[in-house]
Amino acid sequence: MSFTSASFLLFAVLTLLLYYTLPKRWQWILLLGASYVFYFFAGAEYLLFILFTTAVTYLCGHLMQKRADAEDAFVEANRETLSKAERKEFRAAEKKKRFRILLMGLLLGFGVLAVVKYTSFVLSGISSIGQAFGAAPLRIPELLLPLGISFYTFQSMGYLIDVYRKTARAEKNPLRLALFVSYFPQLIQGPISRFGDLAPQLFSEHRFDGFRFRAGLGRVAWGYFKKLIVADTAMIAVKALVENKDGGFTGVYVLLLILLYSAQIYGDFTGGIDITIGFSELLGIRLAENFDRPFSSRSTKEYWRRWHITMGTWFTDYVFYPLSVTKSMQRFSKWSREKLGTAVGKRLPVYFATVTTWFLTGLWHGAGWNFIVWGLLNCLVILVSQELQPLYDRFNRHFPRLTASRAWGAWQALRTFLLMGLIRSLDCYRNVPTTFRMWASMLTDWNIGELFLGGLTSFGLSVSDWCVLLGGILLLALGSRLGKKRPVREWLAERPILLCAALCLLAVAILLFGAYGIGYDASQFIYNQF
Amino acid sequence: MKKKILCCAALLLATVLLLGFLQLLLMPKYMADKQEGALVGEYYRETTAHDLLFIGDCEVYECFTPPTLWEEYGVTSYIRGSAQQLPWQSYYLLEEMLKRETPKAVVFNVYALKYGTPQNEAYNRMTLDGMQLSREKLSAIRASMTEGESLLSYLLPLLRFHSRWDELSAEDWQYLFHRDTVSHNGYLMQTGILPKTSDREGVPLADYTLPATAMFYLEQMRLLCEEKGVALILVKAPTNSWRYYWYDEWDAQIADYAEANRLSYYNFIGLDGEIGLDWSTDTYDGGAHLNVYGAEKLTSYFGEILCRELGLTGHRENAEIAAVWEEKLDAYKQEREKGNTP
Amino acid sequence: MEQLLEILKQLHPDVDFALEEDLIGDGILDSLDIVTLITEINCTFDVSIPAEEIIPENFASADAILALIERLDEE
Repeated sequence: MSFTSASFLLFAVLTLLLYYTLPKRWQWILLLGASYVFYFFAGAEYLLFILFTTAVTYLCGHLMQKRADAEDAFVEANRETLSKAERKEFRAAEKKKRFRILLMGLLLGFGVLAVVKYTSFVLSGISSIGQAFGAAPLRIPELLLPLGISFYTFQSMGYLIDVYRKTARAEKNPLRLALFVSYFPQLIQGPISRFGDLAPQLFSEHRFDGFRFRAGLGRVAWGYFKKLIVADTAMIAVKALVENKDGGFTGVYVLLLILLYSAQIYGDFTGGIDITIGFSELLGIRLAENFDRPFSSRSTKEYWRRWHITMGTWFTDYVFYPLSVTKSMQRFSKWSREKLGTAVGKRLPVYFATVTTWFLTGLWHGAGWNFIVWGLLNCLVILVSQELQPLYDRFNRHFPRLTASRAWGAWQALRTFLLMGLIRSLDCYRNVPTTFRMWASMLTDWNIGELFLGGLTSFGLSVSDWCVLLGGILLLALGSRLGKKRPVREWLAERPILLCAALCLLAVAILLFGAYGIGYDASQFIYNQF
Repeated sequence: MKKKILCCAALLLATVLLLGFLQLLLMPKYMADKQEGALVGEYYRETTAHDLLFIGDCEVYECFTPPTLWEEYGVTSYIRGSAQQLPWQSYYLLEEMLKRETPKAVVFNVYALKYGTPQNEAYNRMTLDGMQLSREKLSAIRASMTEGESLLSYLLPLLRFHSRWDELSAEDWQYLFHRDTVSHNGYLMQTGILPKTSDREGVPLADYTLPATAMFYLEQMRLLCEEKGVALILVKAPTNSWRYYWYDEWDAQIADYAEANRLSYYNFIGLDGEIGLDWSTDTYDGGAHLNVYGAEKLTSYFGEILCRELGLTGHRENAEIAAVWEEKLDAYKQEREKGNTP
Repeated sequence: MEQLLEILKQLHPDVDFALEEDLIGDGILDSLDIVTLITEINCTFDVSIPAEEIIPENFASADAILALIERLDEE
């Protein structure tokens, strides 16, 4: 059931009706049931995977909590007799034991993800090495990739780490934990929620709140608009440009691809998240935001604070920080400081942790070299700009008027947008050498003139498709600009008649101009394979 | 509060009306071009009952002419056929018609029995969109959908044709609320002549068994006719082309089926002498289908058989029916005349 | 406190850390800065800041960081 299918709409309406008519204490049970129905429709065999992850998460969380409670009770009971050093030692020993349980949970949880997502990648790597030495190619099994497995695995493993760190208490009720893992609106594209944020929302009783309901409706409709009008129209062109049947889509077409793919992924991903968060708002559940107008970022670092936020903070909190403050890392830092000087020593641990984090971020996005190179390039840009910071600062001091101007800000945003788009195109071609060749062709093939000789309509977009797409993008930009201080939907939610008119208008526009149905390939959200 | 609710209700109603209007506007009209798409819907305009109902694919709506049956035998008939009309579509159309009237006989052309699976979305549309909403229509849709099609888009064709907004023509506005009649009781007239040229045989097939699904629907048709007390007659229209080839192996299976169930089966292939067909003048597409001259000859020949077998006497004395049919005949002759003088 | 302010000054010479109240929320310290900072603190103060203590509240201001160091030293 994709968000854009009629069956999802029906499913959503039925869920909402039941949600507000059933007794409030059953609301979370209904959500659990709905989530499993949703998942069942995606593929009955997928249920096994999510059940396994849920069971592992529940058991490990429960075990760690039991140890932690016993530990606290022991320390409390022997407060008088234990010395500070003894207490410290006891707690450290307990932490180690908890860590073993955590490790088992992580191994099992990420293990499933690794097997279904990366087996074929690893095997084909081994196979090609083997072939280089004359071995026969390996048979690579086709494993099914359960819907949203990356998202729910990350969410569950984050919960386990939180319990280990004692920043969250383990959930006692296995059914409640099952809902936390499987909450269906975020199964497809995230966001990746934290237990501490999401659990109280899921399990409290929700009264129908007219204002929030209306705002939620507005957000869902806006999400469909982004997805069906902008993303799916752009996708037609992106597909044709990437396929590059006659080999002619080089040079300026690569630039076009970068722009169109930016529109596509923005519409698809932020639209999907709008539907998720908006639908949750209909249920009275508030989810973490995943985007903060990312395309107006002025630097790569800023961009990654504003794009796919919940994934970024997940990696920062659960990979980057722990990795950089481990004892061995700190020892390594001290050592390198003594041997290689303060400047290098200060940087080494940070750099090591940054590179590792981005490598894993790339891998999370997909099993392929293109994703790994994509992650490392992002990392490279961030580290280089980090190193150049003193240079920027000097520039700022010399030209304060220029760097404070709006034009300078716009230039920085444009630069960041294009750079991110360029790196992102690795995700289109799905092949590193091809992508690099295409990038090079932007400098070598000066075919900009072709665009005006029919080139613009040579990859699946007619003149009217272009009008729809550009109009849609314009409206997106306008909506984003107007909603800078306060989202437009909230303003509309206070004016029900205007909201109703806006919804009707959006519905007509989507039905008429949306890229759906026969003639267009029914497209799934880009992010659900990740 | 009340005012607000009323306002919103009015807005919603206006939106629904607008969408309804857009749907009428965006649906293909099949008037100037691809007239086959308009055939199925024209049945509902009939005011009088019929002695005979023809069902099948292009081989019925190009090869039999109801006005000729009236002119020569006083027999009333209707052809419910459309382009590549598949066996299940024929079955459900028949079921729909037999709910409205009880003819003497149903004539089914067997060519489409070679298809056992849904074929083509565009042809599905041309057959099914013309049907009025009914249980039969829903069943026909379910049986016909190819991959990627949805039932919903048949109930709300706007979902299918929404992207036509940039190719709207004057025709779409002109036929917003009505359609012209393009057929003569289901017969789509072709006055052109393109003689048959090649003598190629059909390409050999790996398996000559007619699909079980197709034969299942034939059986359903037989049972339905039996239940309603209507005779079922099987025919195979004459063709003389390697493209729409009718294999002897297929013919044998139909003949066996007809014999086992005591049905009449007439295969007109190879009866050129008796019928008087001349493949240099009586076809408009090189031997695949008959033109109006060929169709009249075939109808005349077959009409005699039908009258004999079914004991049809005609309705010439019935003034009411005669008035309706003389008008139809006039329209038919006029169009035939126009086609003769290019 | 002096030592801590000195470390912070090295990270961003143009910021007056004694006055800032929301270093994370205002985007003055990013994750790279935090890790550099922690490494420095670990060296200078001989404490070890574990990953679970890296939350915005603990790094909001120089005072908060100092409080964190003292608390960890205490435990």
